[in-house]
Amino acid sequence: MTTQNSSGAAPVLRIREMTLRFGGLVAVNDLSMDIAGGSITGLIGPNGAGKTTVFNVVTGFYKPTKGVVEFMGQPLTGLPPHRVCAAGLSRTFQNIRLFQNETVLQNVMIGSYVRQKGAWWQTLFAFPAAVREEREIRERSLELLGHLGLAGQADAVSSSLPYGAQRRLEIARALATQPKFLLLDEPAAGMNPQESEELLNFIRRLRDEFDLTILLIEHDMKVVMGVCEDIWVLDRGLLIANGTPSEIRANPQVIEAYLGQTAPRSEVSLKKEAAHA
Amino acid sequence: MSLNMFIQNFINALGLGSLYGLIAIGYTMVYGILRLINFAHGDIFMLGAYFMFFATIRYKLPWAVGVLLAIAGSTICGLLVDRIAYRPLRSAPRISALISAIGVSFFLESLATVLFTGMPRAVLQPEWLMQPMLIRDGGIRLMPLGIMVPVISFILVGALLWVVHKTKPGLAMRSISFDIETTRLMGVSVDKIIALTFALGSALAALAGIMWALRYPRVEPFMGMFPGFKAFIAAVFGGIGSIPGAMIGGLTLGFVEIMSIAFFPTLSGYRDAFAFVLLIVILLVKPTGLMGEKLEEKI
Amino acid sequence: MNTKTRNLILNGLALAALVVFLYQAPGNLDRYKLRIINLIAINAILGLSLNLIYGMTGMFSLGHAGFMAIGAYVSALLILTAEQKTSMWILQPILPWLLNLHAPFVVSLIAAGLAAAFFGWLIALPVLRLGGDYLGIATLGFAEIIRILIVNLTPLTNGSLGLKGIPAHTDLWMSYGCLVAMLIFMTRLMSGNFGNVLRAVRDDEIAARTMGIDTFRTRVLAFTIGCFGGGVGGALMGNLITAIDPKMFMITQTYSLLMIVVVGGLGSITGSVIGAILVTTMLEWLRFVEEPITIGSLHISGIPGMRMVVFSMLLIAVIIFRREGIMGPREFSWSWFFPARKAEPEMKGGND
Repeated sequence: MTTQNSSGAAPVLRIREMTLRFGGLVAVNDLSMDIAGGSITGLIGPNGAGKTTVFNVVTGFYKPTKGVVEFMGQPLTGLPPHRVCAAGLSRTFQNIRLFQNETVLQNVMIGSYVRQKGAWWQTLFAFPAAVREEREIRERSLELLGHLGLAGQADAVSSSLPYGAQRRLEIARALATQPKFLLLDEPAAGMNPQESEELLNFIRRLRDEFDLTILLIEHDMKVVMGVCEDIWVLDRGLLIANGTPSEIRANPQVIEAYLGQTAPRSEVSLKKEAAHA
Repeated sequence: MSLNMFIQNFINALGLGSLYGLIAIGYTMVYGILRLINFAHGDIFMLGAYFMFFATIRYKLPWAVGVLLAIAGSTICGLLVDRIAYRPLRSAPRISALISAIGVSFFLESLATVLFTGMPRAVLQPEWLMQPMLIRDGGIRLMPLGIMVPVISFILVGALLWVVHKTKPGLAMRSISFDIETTRLMGVSVDKIIALTFALGSALAALAGIMWALRYPRVEPFMGMFPGFKAFIAAVFGGIGSIPGAMIGGLTLGFVEIMSIAFFPTLSGYRDAFAFVLLIVILLVKPTGLMGEKLEEKI
Repeated sequence: MNTKTRNLILNGLALAALVVFLYQAPGNLDRYKLRIINLIAINAILGLSLNLIYGMTGMFSLGHAGFMAIGAYVSALLILTAEQKTSMWILQPILPWLLNLHAPFVVSLIAAGLAAAFFGWLIALPVLRLGGDYLGIATLGFAEIIRILIVNLTPLTNGSLGLKGIPAHTDLWMSYGCLVAMLIFMTRLMSGNFGNVLRAVRDDEIAARTMGIDTFRTRVLAFTIGCFGGGVGGALMGNLITAIDPKMFMITQTYSLLMIVVVGGLGSITGSVIGAILVTTMLEWLRFVEEPITIGSLHISGIPGMRMVVFSMLLIAVIIFRREGIMGPREFSWSWFFPARKAEPEMKGGND
């Protein structure tokens, strides 16, 4: 299997021969991937293909049985999640994980903490630098909320937001950690066609404005084909294809992998896409 | 230490350990199903001992009747505790039920102090249980009670395992411990099965309480506190949720306590600390215990 | 006048009212009432420190009595004079180096806090890797181990006899001074971004780690600070009651602190103060249930232990019927009295 990415730019994230076993189950099998800096890359595959597991390994929640993950030349493998975040990778979750009792603003401020220089006791004793930093964090967080269209709800409790706004807040919180690399786990889940249409532009805007590399898991083929420059396809833990959207659409192995299972939406849309190609 | 002493201690440890095991079973079954440390379990054990004390010593009822009454009384108390203090909190955060359990334990201890006074009361041991048999030329004193306790305990565990593995309610119990919601959907009356679990656990605790009161011939309101904590630790050691594990954990703890004091008599003041040290060590080394299964949060 | 200035003035006024009260109280109230008022402040300090651990950071700890014991003993051992020590250690002689160790009260308070914090840190390293109820039982075990050590290490602690004749250094100024310091500390801590981080660790560990928070380190830190508060509270209590022994620091002591935190509201600073006032006065008031009453010719004998029966029933009732306690996670705010103003979110606690 080729590990050459299709866009040709220098890879920021390199995964080499990654394998993860849970007992007898092989969740990810000998996966190698390169993700180009500044790209929007898709990771797709039928249910249970091991996509979220790849995210969990990259972000440090699982330690791979074998293999390495490198980010901008530095090894990530074995780092705990908070160190991975400090290294510049941030993520969202398939089933939104906000700090539900906290306000929208507090959620974003918590994201900024990893970059906060002043120690916890410095604000207690009102060190001028620490007080100023706290104020700046607050202002920057509000600015970020404005960027994502959440400024009006800054003081609302996060769990009271409508679903779509919660997804945006989760992204805002991830951006507050000042990442260079953003992993989005099914950003379009639960969205109607019009919302997913808006999501396409939103993701592109994110990449450009925050100078990010984005890797996303998505079932909505319209989103994947519409926004991703490079697509990797997993099936039952194995990498089965990599290429541009049009290459993936035409790949018989991919079509077979999707047809082999019953995931109506992705199946139908992929068939349609395939027919078009 | 002479061989005689060792055997004597061995028998002691077997008795103490099997009592810990019997109490531990109640903790392990409830925890396996509800993920709740039933703090009040040690106090049900205490109530069992008191019921027996009042029935046989105060009201001079025959032993068999007293034991049956104690089991019945404790079982009713266990059921009431579940009904009043735990069932309303089934859908609340787990720690809420735990705080409620602490409240119940505290309540039962205080209530026992009010009803029975805080003074320890001596339990008159029936003579036929105390006739010492001398073995190895009198080197070892063996009392019927010392043999009865482990034997009865093992028979009870065997019976319980049969209930859990061979009967329909037992199947429901095991099913609830895997997935309470799915079990409910399958048409099982979950609350009834949980009540049955509390009933079985309380009955065993009552029997343990009776045997405990006979061994250390006295009863007092706080007698359940330490055996309770220790039995819970035994359950964790054996792997929470596992009935054989609870028994193995109880026996291990019994042996650790008796043998370390037998070999190092100066440590006797620290006896109650052993279990807690053991707990911290297990949780560090193997948090799932000997026979437990790993529970992982889905990300 | 903006909200900030207004609150500053109101806080100043509240503090002044407290000072006037503390100044007037000793002349106008009897010893028993003064003791209860002192006890309220101490229980509030202890409640706040447990709330930091449990309510704010989400670590269910049942070990607070142990940390109080460490604080109380460290403080007492530093304050007692050499003569007092020699006459008290009758079972075994006291350790020679300990005999002449002496420090002023305030130093002993800080030493008490530091000692408790050190042991808290030490136990945190292994047990804070556990979650929820396992943490509860492990910390409970730790508190019991401390108690057993105190009983057995006679040359150091005078064993089960305890320590008597501790000078009554805890007066209203001392206890309320410490409480005000604790309140300022807690409000500042919880209103800063670090306060947000503590709540994040409590609410969703996985999300917090994803946000770059070293959740283990954060927990250890919050736990250690909470233990410091427990140690200081224990020391204040020892110097109020003037006698301590291992029985004082049984698990029931932790239960009443838990009651304070739960009744007041998990995670609420104001709540813990309210909880301390209610629980302390209630426990004292309930003493009447246990004392014999004679009304005319009618004689009702007291029921020993009844106080705890009522107390534990209340704990169960609160957790079943009003789990969030009195305040929930909310805080007192002066804005409550100024409803017309545009609501501004605040995290400012009151002083009394």
